[in-house]
Amino acid sequence: MAVALVLVLVVVGSVLFHLLSPWWWTPIASNWSYIDNTIIITFWITGVVFAAVVLFMAYCVFRFRHREGNRAAYEPENKRLESWLTIVTAVGVTALLVPGLFVWSRFVNVPSDATDVEVVGQQWQWSFRLPGKDGKLGTSDTRDVTADNPLGVIASDPNGQDDVVVEAADLHLPVGKPVKMLLRSIDVLHDFYVPEFRAKMDMIPGSVTYFWFTPTKTGTFQVLCAELCGQGHPLMHGVVMVDTQQDYLAWLGQQQTFAQLSAPQQTGSADQAPGNTAASGLKIAAKLETVGSR
Amino acid sequence: MVDITPADGIPPAEVAEVELYHPHSWWTKYVFSQDAKVIAIQYSATATGIGLVALVLSWLMRLQLGFPGTFDFITPEAYYQFITMHGMIMVIYLLTALFLGGFGNYLIPLMVGARDMVFPYVNMLSYWIYLLAVLVLVSSFFAPGGPTGAGWTLYPPQAIMSGTPGGQDWGIILMLSSLILFIIGFTMGGLNYVVTVLQGRTRGMTMMRLPLTVWGIFTATVMALLAFPALFVACVMMLLDRALGTSFFMPAISEMGEQLQHNGGSPILFQHLFWFFGHPEVYIVALPAFGIVSDLISTHARKNIFGYRMMVWAIVGIGALSFVVWAHHMYVSGMDPYFGFFFATTTLIIAVPTAIKVYNWVLTLWRGDIHLTIPMLFALAFIVTFVNGGLTGLFLGNVVVDVPLSDTMFVVAHFHMVMGVAPILVVFGAIYHWYPKVTGRMLNETLGRFHFWVTFLGAYLIFFPMHYLGLMGVPRRYAELTDMTIMTESAHHLNSFISIMAFIVGFAQMVFLFNLIWSIRHGREAGGNPWRATTLEWQTPQTPPAHGNFGKDLPIVYRWAYDYSVPGAKEDFIPQNMPGSFGPSREQA
Repeated sequence: MAVALVLVLVVVGSVLFHLLSPWWWTPIASNWSYIDNTIIITFWITGVVFAAVVLFMAYCVFRFRHREGNRAAYEPENKRLESWLTIVTAVGVTALLVPGLFVWSRFVNVPSDATDVEVVGQQWQWSFRLPGKDGKLGTSDTRDVTADNPLGVIASDPNGQDDVVVEAADLHLPVGKPVKMLLRSIDVLHDFYVPEFRAKMDMIPGSVTYFWFTPTKTGTFQVLCAELCGQGHPLMHGVVMVDTQQDYLAWLGQQQTFAQLSAPQQTGSADQAPGNTAASGLKIAAKLETVGSR
Repeated sequence: MVDITPADGIPPAEVAEVELYHPHSWWTKYVFSQDAKVIAIQYSATATGIGLVALVLSWLMRLQLGFPGTFDFITPEAYYQFITMHGMIMVIYLLTALFLGGFGNYLIPLMVGARDMVFPYVNMLSYWIYLLAVLVLVSSFFAPGGPTGAGWTLYPPQAIMSGTPGGQDWGIILMLSSLILFIIGFTMGGLNYVVTVLQGRTRGMTMMRLPLTVWGIFTATVMALLAFPALFVACVMMLLDRALGTSFFMPAISEMGEQLQHNGGSPILFQHLFWFFGHPEVYIVALPAFGIVSDLISTHARKNIFGYRMMVWAIVGIGALSFVVWAHHMYVSGMDPYFGFFFATTTLIIAVPTAIKVYNWVLTLWRGDIHLTIPMLFALAFIVTFVNGGLTGLFLGNVVVDVPLSDTMFVVAHFHMVMGVAPILVVFGAIYHWYPKVTGRMLNETLGRFHFWVTFLGAYLIFFPMHYLGLMGVPRRYAELTDMTIMTESAHHLNSFISIMAFIVGFAQMVFLFNLIWSIRHGREAGGNPWRATTLEWQTPQTPPAHGNFGKDLPIVYRWAYDYSVPGAKEDFIPQNMPGSFGPSREQA
């Protein structure tokens, strides 16, 4: 009796927790509500299956519990029942997979009007690069990374000269415009993750990976690194500000290009633009130092 | 000896019995033993010992997550060392070793009707190399720089770089060496289990009469023999990258303003090798649990397992499919995203045979005569947690749904529920079930029920709410959850609650260990077959079984392992070695 009751309570408790608890996803700020919808479908199908299986078990435990003189039935197989269950399961799984793959094909196919935005991860900070007037990002190589060229932009590539470089500072994006995030790392694996945008992707040294999204809400969003990247990993936060077109252009006007930054008269050019709220890698390293020596 | 005529379907003996190695001294009987049963206990005790270390590490992590900033000694560095060692120990050195080295060694020879493993000497070596691997692993706690903090997945490049604890010290080298040793030791044991199941079965024990426990362990072992080599080469290559400066997994890297002397390697190649091992590894742990729980349910519900043949094919099917789903761990790794279509499809297909197994377990309960013994309670709890964890796998396996959830606490909750809690519940059920055979005494019932309720409900309360933290976006592997704009105050309280539950569940395990030791002397006498079970290990002339398992003659098998409540039979079970037919005797060949 008690066991059957507890099993029922597990189901009822889980469903109530799901419906009533305050812990749920953050309000979405990108076009990926398709993903949220797929999660909702999955919650429904899996929730029904979980409740059905556990409640059926509870019933069996109650109805067929041992009492004096009871004897179990002898039924090794039931081909009909087994085939039916297999078919029903296959249908349920297909109902999950088909919408999932449909949304995935949208996820991997970047719209042609998306603007390139490069994100560069390094222990433990975020930097960004935007194409200049030519609309093209210059090529880059980790071996070209120096103090004056922190992103390793290849200086001989004319496409790179007008690229806007945002080193260890906030990224701004215009609302409502699709962006293709080109992801790069110069040391270890990182992962660019903004929970409100729903999308994320690892960054691999030596490769360029990508995902795309359209910001749908203006505001300030926290960037989290989602791939373990060493001791500073949990402090590798960044900031994305989604602006109106006007605010965005104002911000863009204050940024410096690669050519400006690497011009010889601008020594110490890594000084950041005003409004920087991102934690820089050096600060984190210093913090770890104090923590370690405690 | 009973004279068997071919009419009974029992083949004549093909080879004469080989004399076993008989121990001459205390040392060769209890320490350097070649008896699979002693080796099983050695494996289990070592795995439990190192498992306790991993349990303590989990408490330390939960202290940090539940009460951030309170415990100064848990630096980010220490935290990453704790999670890495916790994960690796639990998956490899506890679960794999316990299911295959522990249960495999004890049960395979007894259940198939053999006197021992086919190669007893190699079997002994297997244990001693495993012990060496554990010692090398433990030594990293005392090495300069401490153990590696690369995460249990050991992803390069960070695993061998200075920003990661142990990356440029001894930690990673000792970890990789220990894994290499483990795989060598496992291969020796694994070949033994496979050959014993294929060649060591007694007369009449056809493959389709094997208990599902043996099917589960056998299939898992075959998989492990195919999967571990991928990890082996990955470990060797990373060791070369770290020690000799090769660049298998290391591209050009600029570390803190300094160019490293690596070029041209592929970090993602490591991930493919790791998960080609790592995904089958999930089933290497799960399949023995599937097999064992089938036998627990059937025995304690006094009913044949429903759909035996389907169960066998589901085990084999899951085993085969699990080799073509590995990249579902890598949907957001930056591999070619078009792989997602293939791996999501194969991953969701594997849900079908898995679901069939669940249906057949619950249908075995239907119209059974359910004895709510402690093994049965653990089996029921297994079904609840496995169904829960399996269903959240449908979120993570469905590529696009994985994108927001990957690398969050949702993943942590999912894999703990499905390959932590669920298999461990089976381990407990199995220990309560077979302890009387191993020691001759029953475990204490009251302590057992306390252990069960706290473990089952406590573990569910730890991991069920944790999914919702992941849904909120809380990332995994964060030593500090400070300055997180997505986390509400109440989410931090939930973390404290989870930590408190973790300490309570951990405490219940101490009660269990006490029970294990106390009952050796003080438990109720069990007799040879306390659960009135059909399989051969319960039919041995002595309990605990003597060296050689069976008496002068090996048992001869006349029926499948599930003749419970056969109509017309006097008792509600018929042992496999009982001749004669009762009612519609089943031949599942």
